[in-house]
Amino acid sequence: MKILKRIALYGVLALAALSFIYPFLWMASATFKPLTEIGSLSLIPDHATLDNYKTMWARAPFGRALLNSVFVAGTITISVLVFGSITAYAMARLRFRGSPVLNAATMAILLVPGQLTLIPMYTLIVQLGLIDTYAALILPYLFNATAILMMRQFFLQIPQSLIDSARMDGMREMRILFTIFWPLSKPVLSIVAIFVFMGSWNEVLWPLLVVREQQLMTLPQLLTVFSLGGGAGSVGVSLASAMVLVIPVVIAYAILQRNFIESMAGSGVKG
Amino acid sequence: MRAEQRSGTLMAAPYTAFLLVFALYPILFALVLVFLRWDLVTTPAFAGFDNVQLLAHDGRFWRAVANTFLFLSIHLPLQIVTALSLALALNRPLAFRSFWRAAFFLPVVISGAVVAILWSNLYATDVGLINGVLVRIGLRPVSWLTDPNTAMPAIAAMVTWKNVGFYVIIYLAGLQYIPRSCKEAIEIEGATSWQRFRYLTLPSLLPQTILVVTLSTINGFQLFIEPYVMTGGGPLRRTYSIVLYLYTNAFAYQKMGYAATIGVALALIIGGVVFIQRRVIGKAEAV
Repeated sequence: MKILKRIALYGVLALAALSFIYPFLWMASATFKPLTEIGSLSLIPDHATLDNYKTMWARAPFGRALLNSVFVAGTITISVLVFGSITAYAMARLRFRGSPVLNAATMAILLVPGQLTLIPMYTLIVQLGLIDTYAALILPYLFNATAILMMRQFFLQIPQSLIDSARMDGMREMRILFTIFWPLSKPVLSIVAIFVFMGSWNEVLWPLLVVREQQLMTLPQLLTVFSLGGGAGSVGVSLASAMVLVIPVVIAYAILQRNFIESMAGSGVKG
Repeated sequence: MRAEQRSGTLMAAPYTAFLLVFALYPILFALVLVFLRWDLVTTPAFAGFDNVQLLAHDGRFWRAVANTFLFLSIHLPLQIVTALSLALALNRPLAFRSFWRAAFFLPVVISGAVVAILWSNLYATDVGLINGVLVRIGLRPVSWLTDPNTAMPAIAAMVTWKNVGFYVIIYLAGLQYIPRSCKEAIEIEGATSWQRFRYLTLPSLLPQTILVVTLSTINGFQLFIEPYVMTGGGPLRRTYSIVLYLYTNAFAYQKMGYAATIGVALALIIGGVVFIQRRVIGKAEAV
């Protein structure tokens, strides 16, 4: 009886895991299939081909989009870590006028749905003349309220004696932050880095609004435009272009899955 | 102390400026835009309550709202049941526990655009994987995304599949907080496993359930890339979402005032629905 139950449990788990993994495996294999084989359920193509990848690479600037995505998500992540931690340090460890207001405002903007500010942000970017620039993709994400609150919470737990003795040695606040707080805060910094990077890497609505120039598109946007606009022409080509977006994420996820789950589930950020 | 005061102000200055430009200004300007007619080319004109009145009588907008409620009525129960079942299955001594967890979480890390493109192919009527399986086991193929009756349920099922791993983690965390003493006590009382689930596990997970309901509701109201990629809002506008309508008004029709009005209305609807949900779930707990 007990053994039967165990078998049933593993059966259910295996079926569930298969339903989450199989579609991605099918997608990966479909990119190597000629058009005539796309409908088949099998994972191994009868006549494997690289044509889908060649067509995709030739028809739209996916290499460029990959660089754009890395640049935009990378810049945003670094900014959120560096400037965000400076802010969080001030909010957690320094007494200054306006600190409580800043804290309350940070919590309040978490409650505002992004769709409320989407259009005014868009008109702002238009009026600043920033349509079709990297600045349009980066500026609105330079700071992240969730990240600031997480770092502030973490910084609050670091003993005051460390700050006091560093000040005694004549250290400035910035040096205390980067030479004493940063090394102690690796867990929270890595959590922030992952969900901020992933949020930016997967974002598609904002780029669709502010970028029309193909050379400036990030991967999810180029992929969407390419697949919808009929540029892909076939299922295999469209899925091959999706692989450019998926492969780096899957590699990173395979290595750092524990950190990914902790980071994304803890922050409420979903792709 | 004056030095601390000064460094604090200086260090918080960039963020303060950011908040003013990219948070406070857009929120205030959203409220101003509600009363404007503006195509971004000509100068904005005062429109009084025109946008609000138009919205109140706009069949397309209310169609999108109705679509979203249909989406939620399928997505929410499905999400709670699957996430809770998988979490309960994982919350036992298991071999390869981290593998199962990682497998369930995989779709969460993949871009929504990719998932939408992948599932348009899985749902395809003639060559789709799902119909391929149905035919193989002797069932009839279904026109998932082209039949007005199945399109939104199909999207709701897909979004559930994409996010369930996220909610499994939330439920798992909750399950680990149930005190051992409670589990032992109810076992000594001789409760059946159903009774244990009904009177201990389920009530203990109420905070997690509220979180799951709130987050998937907000997420559901923000539905955009799935209909944009998979159906374009069709067939017969049955999958048109509120954000897709907002985007179309801003991008295709250049109606900034009206698009902003939809945004404000959406924020109010989300706030109202989440408020009511919390009241109802809170009451259910009291009974």
